[in-house]
Amino acid sequence: MSSRVVVAGAGLAGLRAAEQLRAAGWAGAITVVGDEPLMPYNRPPLSKEVLAGSAPFESLAFRPRASCADVEWRLGAAVASARLDRRVVRLDTGEELAADGLVVATGVRPRRLRCPGPLAGRHVVRTMADARTLRARLTRPGARVVVVGAGFIGCEVAATALKLGAAEVTVADPEPLPMLRPLGALLAHALFRRHRERGVRFALGAGVAAFDGEDRVTGVVLEDGRRLGADVVVEAVGSVPNTEWLDGNGLDLTDGVLTDELLRAGGLPHVVAVGDVARFPNARYDGVPRRVEHWSMPADTAKRAARTLAAHLAGAEPDPEPFAPLPTFWSDQHDFRLQSFGTPALGAEDARVLHGDLAGDVVVGYHAAGRLVGIVALGGPAAVAAAARHRAALLRRPALTP
Amino acid sequence: MKVVVDMDKCQDHGQCVFAAPDVFRLDDAGHLTYVAEPGEASRADVEEAADVCPLQAIRIED
Repeated sequence: MSSRVVVAGAGLAGLRAAEQLRAAGWAGAITVVGDEPLMPYNRPPLSKEVLAGSAPFESLAFRPRASCADVEWRLGAAVASARLDRRVVRLDTGEELAADGLVVATGVRPRRLRCPGPLAGRHVVRTMADARTLRARLTRPGARVVVVGAGFIGCEVAATALKLGAAEVTVADPEPLPMLRPLGALLAHALFRRHRERGVRFALGAGVAAFDGEDRVTGVVLEDGRRLGADVVVEAVGSVPNTEWLDGNGLDLTDGVLTDELLRAGGLPHVVAVGDVARFPNARYDGVPRRVEHWSMPADTAKRAARTLAAHLAGAEPDPEPFAPLPTFWSDQHDFRLQSFGTPALGAEDARVLHGDLAGDVVVGYHAAGRLVGIVALGGPAAVAAAARHRAALLRRPALTP
Repeated sequence: MKVVVDMDKCQDHGQCVFAAPDVFRLDDAGHLTYVAEPGEASRADVEEAADVCPLQAIRIED
């Protein structure tokens, strides 16, 4: 009997899972199911180069490894439900797929604001289709843009909107500074200043209460009564894991799919989770399971989860070494770049300048219980080179114990 | 093994340098330089580098 692994989700994590299953020796069938009608593509440029028009949409396609030539791609079909005890996955087309192994890679979707007002004119940035629609709006002359959410994606979109010639760009957020929670006050304040110097306005300290307008958004009303005129609203207020299809299987689906330290879900040896949807303990830190929506995570989780699953399917015990990745991300905003290694948010209360100064190229170190847990470089080659030296120190650190 | 980096795409993130330090390097100005025909022993590292490149600018030609 031929056996099959179903990879649910055809984003970066799904692609890497298929590639890594082959690299781990799985020679059976692989079927990748994806709700978008597109082969896996690279999402970060959707808020930056591609939204700005400096790179074409076509440039986003990944090149799957040659080892994946025989992978079956079911695109434009979503997974609708699963019976993990029977090893069956059902698609929204009604078709059932036998799954001797299952990789959960269904990712996240943007969280939407639920407050009164029209829907038209409100955008999110997650898919290629989202970015095409938003780009068409942002390139209309004289657009007034309100970005709700001062996280990385919100700040990237704000910078891109200005570059595209928007008349006004305002970022609104209940927090007092942009990117405060992931980066801490020291760097958040420096970034706030840089954005303002480049023309971004901020409306901070209040959430959104309502949207003005009849058929289309004409403005944003904040909880403290402030009103911001808007032709285009972008909602960048976090994400919701796509796990509803796994309901009824006894899994812990509180904020994504909870996994063990080998990325298995629900104690089931034939089910692993990867990418944005996986909530896993990182042995490098405190062992608390977290979802990590960083670009490096799909590759890291896929590599580890594929080894775990391939070992089980081959009748072997998986490598017991707990998963301990070093999270990495970057963000390009205006003319500056942030590069992060480790988990700065765990040390946001104890952030120190390690190199340079906050007005120029700078490297900030984040500490928990006096130990370095993350570094962020802001600026050019000198900052990146300095960060690289500290990154080596981060990798050498033994794991923090709970 | 032949490594090709699309230098029009490359933005000097340096992720490849961490993955395959024997093959990729940032020079003093922060720009990428690399060994175009590394030995077969570097294959796993170069595959890793190609995976982690934010711009997906690295290609391996066998």
